[in-house]
Amino acid sequence: MSDQSKQRVTLTVNGEHREAWVFPHESLLDVLRDVLGHYEVRYGCGEGVCGTCTVLVDGEPVSGCLLLAVQADGCSLVTVRGLAPAGDLHPLQACFLRNGAAQCGFCTPGMLLTAWALLQHDPRPSRERIRRELVGNLCRCTGYSKILDAVEEYAAEAAERTGGHG
Amino acid sequence: MVAAPFGYQRVSSFEEAVQVLHERGEDAKVIAGGQSLVPMLNLRVARPEWLIDINPVGAGPIEEHGGSLRLPALTRHRAIEESEVVRRRCPILAEAAAHVGNVRTRTRGTLGGSLAHADPAGELPCVAVALGAEVTVQGPDGARQVAAGDLLVSYFTTTLAADEVVAEVRVPTLGQRSGWSFLELSRRSSDWMVVGVAALVELDAEGAVTAASAAVGGVAERPWLVPAEVLLELFGEAPEQALLARVAERAAAMVDPDDDVHASGAYRQRVAAVLVRRALAEAAARATGNGSGAP
Repeated sequence: MSDQSKQRVTLTVNGEHREAWVFPHESLLDVLRDVLGHYEVRYGCGEGVCGTCTVLVDGEPVSGCLLLAVQADGCSLVTVRGLAPAGDLHPLQACFLRNGAAQCGFCTPGMLLTAWALLQHDPRPSRERIRRELVGNLCRCTGYSKILDAVEEYAAEAAERTGGHG
Repeated sequence: MVAAPFGYQRVSSFEEAVQVLHERGEDAKVIAGGQSLVPMLNLRVARPEWLIDINPVGAGPIEEHGGSLRLPALTRHRAIEESEVVRRRCPILAEAAAHVGNVRTRTRGTLGGSLAHADPAGELPCVAVALGAEVTVQGPDGARQVAAGDLLVSYFTTTLAADEVVAEVRVPTLGQRSGWSFLELSRRSSDWMVVGVAALVELDAEGAVTAASAAVGGVAERPWLVPAEVLLELFGEAPEQALLARVAERAAAMVDPDDDVHASGAYRQRVAAVLVRRALAEAAARATGNGSGAP
């Protein structure tokens, strides 16, 4: 029940049932990368500041480096690979591409997931709201303006698709 | 940066947490949201033998009781920020929660954890002190009540015993004639405050001050409550700029902040004077204007 030995955790990752044996001190980030092969979840700072390891846990953005894998037992996770079926681009990703919102690309998975989670709560966020929500995702290529453009464009297009509300 | 190995135990009640803490003593650490503790583990600043995970205890709803709101210790910052009852009845708490870290910090971080961690630059400790929040602490002999101002002692130090946990926090609801303000200066909007101020001002029908409270974060080893004798100058007076500025200057002159990598002590003191003045003015404006005004 309670020691330093490995424990079994059961996760749903991008809709797929996964199991792993993990030590209590292993972060969700380490287990996703090193055990489950999800290299799109990236190590940046290890302190919850940079956002490159953002994972949606039961729909909400979480720092993978600050959640113990044992704490994610039973949770449903989405990484950037889960936004669209394999081989396809999610329309938000297409907006990022069109707007040149990715340069080196290291921050992009975290940006996409944080923006996507925001859009679930607020389908037509103001630019200010997008800024505020993305402030914890650092981009060292200084691509912030284009990232904001991309999220805004996606929200506008999505509003058009769903009948022009907002 | 990877945490050193530790044992891990989930508990499903605060009573069970207390029992486990009592058995394990100083070797055990409680984990709630983990947004401050896990970075310390990753950096190996903290190396507990055991982590006691209280997340399975869960957080019930935020409830209004008489003149106060009762918030379970495991209430996440995000839940406070978005709570309809908090925004309506104690909006300063919602505003302070919205300033904590980034969206991921707020998704996981908890009110009880923030108070137990006692970061002198924390938003929620600052507002808890300004509000005179009451904290329910669970220990081996049952529950006890302690004022937030008595719980928070110094840098990352509280009066919690090794076998006690924060179970609930109660904050007063703000009346019709109460105004509030929470202001902070930080380098980026997700950073810790350099200086932050939580202020409450109550006015009578004629617009004269009948009650005031202000706490300043980032200028001392714990949130610093502006002494009543300083705020007393406001009582019975209209909250005019010159008066507020004088009171704010007097308050700021009483703190002696340390220098650190983010700001010098002198700068913090200067910012404290400005923010106390602005916060008192904003709180007074809200008290006269549109009731308590949701953030």
